[in-house]
Amino acid sequence: MEKVKQKDLILYSGLIILGLAAPYLFSAFKVQLTYLCVLIVLAMTWNLQGGEMGYNSFGNILFYGLGMYLTASVQVGMFFPLAEWTESGGEKTFVHTTTQYFQGIGVGLLVSAIIPAIVAGAIGYAILGLRGHYFAICTLGLGIAAGEIAGGIEIIGAGQGFTTPPFPAEIVDVEARGKFFYFLSFFVLVLAFVFVKYIYGSRFRLILNAIRDNEDKAEAMGIQTMKYKIVGWMVSAFFCGLAGGIMGGLIGYIDSTDVAFDGREMGVFMVLMAILGGKGTLWGPIIGATLFHFFKEGLWTFILGWQYVALGVLIVVIVIYFPEGLMGWLREKYPERFGEVIDEKDRKSQVELK
Amino acid sequence: MDFLIFQAPMLMVQASLDGILLGILFALIAYGMALQWGVMNIINIAQGDLVILGGYIAYTMYLAGIHPAWGVIVSPIIMYFVGWALYKLVINKVVDRDLFISILATFGIAIVFQQLMNFIFGADVVVAQSEYGTTMLFDNSVTLPNSKIFSAVISLVYAIALVVYMKKSKLGRAIRATAQNARAAKILGVDTEKVYAATFGINAALCGIAGALISITLTLHPYVGLPYTVRSFMIVIVAGLGNLPAVAISGMGLGLFEEFADYILGTEFRIGAVFMLLVFILVYRRFKLSKKREYLK
Repeated sequence: MEKVKQKDLILYSGLIILGLAAPYLFSAFKVQLTYLCVLIVLAMTWNLQGGEMGYNSFGNILFYGLGMYLTASVQVGMFFPLAEWTESGGEKTFVHTTTQYFQGIGVGLLVSAIIPAIVAGAIGYAILGLRGHYFAICTLGLGIAAGEIAGGIEIIGAGQGFTTPPFPAEIVDVEARGKFFYFLSFFVLVLAFVFVKYIYGSRFRLILNAIRDNEDKAEAMGIQTMKYKIVGWMVSAFFCGLAGGIMGGLIGYIDSTDVAFDGREMGVFMVLMAILGGKGTLWGPIIGATLFHFFKEGLWTFILGWQYVALGVLIVVIVIYFPEGLMGWLREKYPERFGEVIDEKDRKSQVELK
Repeated sequence: MDFLIFQAPMLMVQASLDGILLGILFALIAYGMALQWGVMNIINIAQGDLVILGGYIAYTMYLAGIHPAWGVIVSPIIMYFVGWALYKLVINKVVDRDLFISILATFGIAIVFQQLMNFIFGADVVVAQSEYGTTMLFDNSVTLPNSKIFSAVISLVYAIALVVYMKKSKLGRAIRATAQNARAAKILGVDTEKVYAATFGINAALCGIAGALISITLTLHPYVGLPYTVRSFMIVIVAGLGNLPAVAISGMGLGLFEEFADYILGTEFRIGAVFMLLVFILVYRRFKLSKKREYLK
């Protein structure tokens, strides 16, 4: 047991050092690395309720977009009138000083984490009573409805979009912006990982798994399933909101359906990445997100224009042929590594039966 | 918010007639959805994109100089084979599996379809002119495009024809048997694989008809498929599987809701209202069932 712990320690410290050194080692890819961190956070937290709880949501993009709008609105609204800012390129008339910018984004991120979690808690009781595919379709509807409605609200820019405050010009270091957003997203990633890791070792995860495997029985065993489902969704929403807030600042421009409530990209990505890596495992979504990001960035430039076709085909292939994902495949191949004890006799007899 | 509609009775008549005629069209798409859901137990997110593809077939005919109304005959024939090919390529692998897998797989198909249509037909909003003129009612205060009446009539004709076909023909009987119990049907000599392919083909053909009608009554755009999927899904969960009169009535109800939402909330919230209605219907049914300690299955 001691030995395993030591191995883990080496692994984690290695990863943290790699994460901290990454913007210096690959300084040309800082934006890509930030994306990667955000994608991992999204996949990991989607997995918490999609993979562990069995509630496959297409609507976590709702919290992502909400977080994005909230961060930007708070960042602007704290110092300047929001309506005038969005009316006609307010970023030219009003300029954030360095302190204002960082204060704004700090408070904005805090709000963008808490409000989506509260929203998830508030709608959770109604939505999480739906099961299986009804839940999936309902959340799909929620995500798209949010995008359509946000596209009609004047104060956050409506259809013409919302420019988030530009990075303060007083900071002369050209690399500073990239580094700031990278370290911010890396911090959120570490936070999310520590939290998810903690959940994986706790009773909470067992309850979520019980809900996934058979909700009626779990309820019959005296577990208040609704309470745990809501908490599970709130955790997802919390991190989705944070991720959205960071992405809003990084992209610098928020469009209701193409950036914020982007069900066609981010909303699908998070599901796909978790499935690619393996639902219901700690490392699956992380590996899935990394692989997916490399595939996306490496290949998409070569198939310009065809990337959505490739994405669609990829979804179909992954879902049909690898529904268990990479970790599921490894688990089948090397069950001993995952701590499963296999009775050799039983295994052989099963093979013969086939 | 704009409540002008409640002060002008003629506006109300206009919205109601528009809604009902539109609703019949939605019901046709929903009937296809109910068919494949009932028989194959899959939810097809690409339903709306099949509709749009059917519409583009009619639009292509219109560009070639043929009257787009002929699309209601040509489009289903082509779409039947598209559906059949789609079944053989992808759908047959998701039939017996978890519904979530079918949702995600058809979501992938939807993305591919959208993008291919975008390449082939361009990203512009297009409409095929039927030049049927308009009917004026109540001293010219209510205008009704004849193409809408045409589309409602054609939808009804096809729906009734399909019901008769399902009742009388051998394939129809096989489809109904498979829907009741696929295993038993297989034992009694029904080639279920063939039945599934035919069901999906018929569904696609229905989408083709609806698409051809949409191309002359509404507008086409490669990315507007999903709202049609959601509308048909909504109609099916309200009406239940295989209950045609209920499908027609809830289709009309949805059409009415949309037209009124359009007037009251404004056109920019129309699609948003449709998706919110879906959420409300699901939540309403969930609370209704949870009183009996049941849930939507």
